[in-house]
Amino acid sequence: MAESDTPAEPTRRDFLLHAAGAFGVVGVGAVAWPFIDQMNPDASTRALASVEVDISAVQPGQAITIMWRGKPVVIRNRTDKEIEEGKTVKLEELKDPLARNANADAAADASDANRAAAGKENILVMTKVCTHLGCIPLDESGEFGGWFCPCHGSVYDTAGRIRKGPAPENLPIPPYAFLTDTKIRIG
Amino acid sequence: MSGHSTYVPRTALGKWFEARLPIVRLLHDTAVSYPTPRNLNALWTFGGILAMMLVVQIVTGIVLAMHYAAESHIAFNSVEGIMRDVNWGWLIRYLHANGASMFFIAVYIHMFRGLYYGSYKPPREILWILGVIIYLLMMAAAFMGYVLPWGQMSFWGATVITNFFTALPLVGQPIQTLLIGGFSVDNATLNRFYSLHYLLPFLIAGVVVLHIWALHVVGQNNPLGIDVKSDKDTVPFTPYATSKDVLWMVFFLIFYAWFVFYQPNFLGHPDNYIEANPLSTPAHIVPEWYFLPFYAILRAIDFNIGPIDSKLGGVLAMFGAIAVLAFLPWLDTSKVRSGRFRPIFKVAFWLFGVNALFLGYLGSVKTDDIIFGAQAVVWAQLSTLYYFLYFLVILPVLGYIEKPKPLPVSINDAILAKSAPGSTH
Repeated sequence: MAESDTPAEPTRRDFLLHAAGAFGVVGVGAVAWPFIDQMNPDASTRALASVEVDISAVQPGQAITIMWRGKPVVIRNRTDKEIEEGKTVKLEELKDPLARNANADAAADASDANRAAAGKENILVMTKVCTHLGCIPLDESGEFGGWFCPCHGSVYDTAGRIRKGPAPENLPIPPYAFLTDTKIRIG
Repeated sequence: MSGHSTYVPRTALGKWFEARLPIVRLLHDTAVSYPTPRNLNALWTFGGILAMMLVVQIVTGIVLAMHYAAESHIAFNSVEGIMRDVNWGWLIRYLHANGASMFFIAVYIHMFRGLYYGSYKPPREILWILGVIIYLLMMAAAFMGYVLPWGQMSFWGATVITNFFTALPLVGQPIQTLLIGGFSVDNATLNRFYSLHYLLPFLIAGVVVLHIWALHVVGQNNPLGIDVKSDKDTVPFTPYATSKDVLWMVFFLIFYAWFVFYQPNFLGHPDNYIEANPLSTPAHIVPEWYFLPFYAILRAIDFNIGPIDSKLGGVLAMFGAIAVLAFLPWLDTSKVRSGRFRPIFKVAFWLFGVNALFLGYLGSVKTDDIIFGAQAVVWAQLSTLYYFLYFLVILPVLGYIEKPKPLPVSINDAILAKSAPGSTH
């Protein structure tokens, strides 16, 4: 194409070529984003991000599971024995030392108090999705009396903390608040 | 390789067409006059069998799409409707579901053929890499197809596999949300998987055209692994290769039909006849048989490696096990292609084959099951180690230390020596 090796003055064609190229790059970028972002959850899915639950009927030793953002959230009214077991564990024995509680400080340790509801140590609210590959752990099972994941054998204790198996983290605690003494809003 | 074209249009219509679009010439040169090495064995018929299976899957899939509904509330029932109500629906669905398994059986035979006879070596590197790309696309298509019936295995398979991405630090969670279009696998996931499941076979068909193009540029490898030297070494594709391909297609179809008519659910899981339930995970999640070796590799990494935790390590090892195939042309340093002339390679190769089957078995059991006195996960770790040793250590080193047997002068000479009187064969 080039007729000589010496750099010539930019011509009108060079200008048009570069302007069109720059325009094309911006255009491709502007069109690419909608085509990527359409795959993300839309506003109607995000709008489902909060549910209210009445827990007045949940007796000690009972639990209910509700759906939040398409995932099961367990609300357990723990027995005194379960609370006691949760409290006696030494923090250095835990595989994941963090509380993973969306309502507490991100650096909070995984003590039983930081895992349970603030001011209500019998109530435990957690997303019941294994932190390994997303299976649903079974209630009241496993050698620590908490939860056991049937897929790859992760074991959680009575405070939902990972104690054994391939899962890397404690079961996460979603953002929630007590609206009244017996009503919780999750999300 | 194919030299100059021998096609001569005879009819007036043929001549008219030839002057405007020489497609008949292309087909003639590709499938009739194309010279193939005269010593090809039955393992060389699997390329044709794979092409046939791609057509079977596309035809049965298009028909199924006429009756299937990709909506999470009715998907499961629409599949049951295909099985019970649609005229011949049971046949078409069983052909498609078992067809996927047959496709993988054929592709694994095709790949091991290439591994043994060194079909990945120069000048066939691009040909081989295109094959690896087809294999990857096949795995994606098969995984997404398995999600569509929206049974328990569909749902939890999709959950576990999309969760692989959460192993990546920082970007993992947003990537997973983007892929499944929500906070968990749901209708959005089902819809996009259906769309992509319909698209991928046509991408595969496109790469297959490139694969065949590359094949016809460099020519077929053969059991001796030596280059074609003269016309004496070859025979025309039609009738020689064509008839052999058709014969083995018939054998393969008999095998396929046996599954479709007598064991249609043998290769599947009963749990997938239970509708997807986001609140309950089946007790024992296993992928389809063709993914089991990679599943075993994923689960084998249950320990942290430096800054890489066990979850990310498992995912990297699994994807690495597939990615390493693309580098094979440069990992194998031996100048000799065919395993027939490589005594040490032969042993390592067969061990690799047995090891791959063993990994498949390990992928099907629970990690804490006891096998030969040790936990399955320990065996999986040893097998994973051999899998990578084969590609990363054994093949690179063997090229330098192995003394291959003498190669025949030509394909023709080898055949004549074999049939000569007084020969030991």
